[in-house]
Amino acid sequence: MTTSPDTFADPARPAAFVNGEPYPLDGPVPVTDLVARLVPEVVVDGVPRGVAVAVDDAVVPRGAWDRTEIRPGMRVEVVTAVQGG
Amino acid sequence: MATTSTTSTDAPLTIAGTSLGSRLVMGTGGAASLLALEDALVASGTELTTVAMRRVARPALGAAGAAATGDTSIWGLLERLGIRPLPNTAGCFTVREAVLTAQLAREACGTDWIKLEVIADDVTLLPDPAGTVEAARILVDDGFTVLPYTNDDPVTARHLADAGCAAVMPLGSPIGSGLGIANPRNIEAIAAASPVPVILDAGIGTASDAALAMELGCDGVLLATAVTRAADPVRMARAMRLAVEAGYDAARAGRMPRREQALASSPADGRVAVGDATAAPGARDNLDLAL
Repeated sequence: MTTSPDTFADPARPAAFVNGEPYPLDGPVPVTDLVARLVPEVVVDGVPRGVAVAVDDAVVPRGAWDRTEIRPGMRVEVVTAVQGG
Repeated sequence: MATTSTTSTDAPLTIAGTSLGSRLVMGTGGAASLLALEDALVASGTELTTVAMRRVARPALGAAGAAATGDTSIWGLLERLGIRPLPNTAGCFTVREAVLTAQLAREACGTDWIKLEVIADDVTLLPDPAGTVEAARILVDDGFTVLPYTNDDPVTARHLADAGCAAVMPLGSPIGSGLGIANPRNIEAIAAASPVPVILDAGIGTASDAALAMELGCDGVLLATAVTRAADPVRMARAMRLAVEAGYDAARAGRMPRREQALASSPADGRVAVGDATAAPGARDNLDLAL
């Protein structure tokens, strides 16, 4: 049995906080890659749809996802539209 | 001789220069399933529908997580039906939360329209007037088309319009209560004074509530639970569509004046007499009035 790196929370490993939970990182990860790992089903023809990302309380525009790297200690919110209101 | 037929579609609801073919704005919360929601949305005729913004579910958590995505999502549904999404800031209790949620919604949904909600506490779920006005100013400055959820207070509504909001959305009664319009005088006052469209939001329980909102002068109605939690959501959605149209027409038809006493609508002259019908004229005064 293998342990998914997404769910394995070893306090000794460096981690960012993605949607409130520790997300272990071996090195910096561009936002684009994080989204593709987290919710692969929203990426259609290489373009993510209906998803937005904030890092440390600031929205990262989609055009900046490739050059914005997630590093240990950063707080990341990845959100989408759901039923409500 | 030419006759003129006027319908609700003659003067569409226009928000920030965008015309909508329906004055009924729908919410999507509380629906039993996406399939049931789709049928209700179609029956309602709505062209603008709210969505909330929430964290995506992590793959390891599976489909039971917070948010489904892709073809099975509310996002995909609205896109397929051609309904404009109106993201909201539901669940935000502070100005900062509301502003960040609005900015995320703009990125995710590709629209600068936002239903602004800054809620005072999680018991009453009433809007926080000070926080709502402050957040509205920030979002208007940031280029948003802001539709704020607000109290049924004419002064707060005026502050929101002054702040540059594209509409104001006063509550009829608390969210999810279905109690209808608790303070019709205030709703009427807001509608009479507002320089921007007024959409009654929250509290609608049944079709007569929606019709009343329109008769009081509102430009539109936003509702969700009244449809999604009805025993027959599709039928209630259709009832709401018809009620909004009926109320809109009634408000513009120039209703008859109210009277304290009855007034006959048939002629007083030429009535049939039976037996010795020589009653004193004084007893028929209110029939005489009919002429």
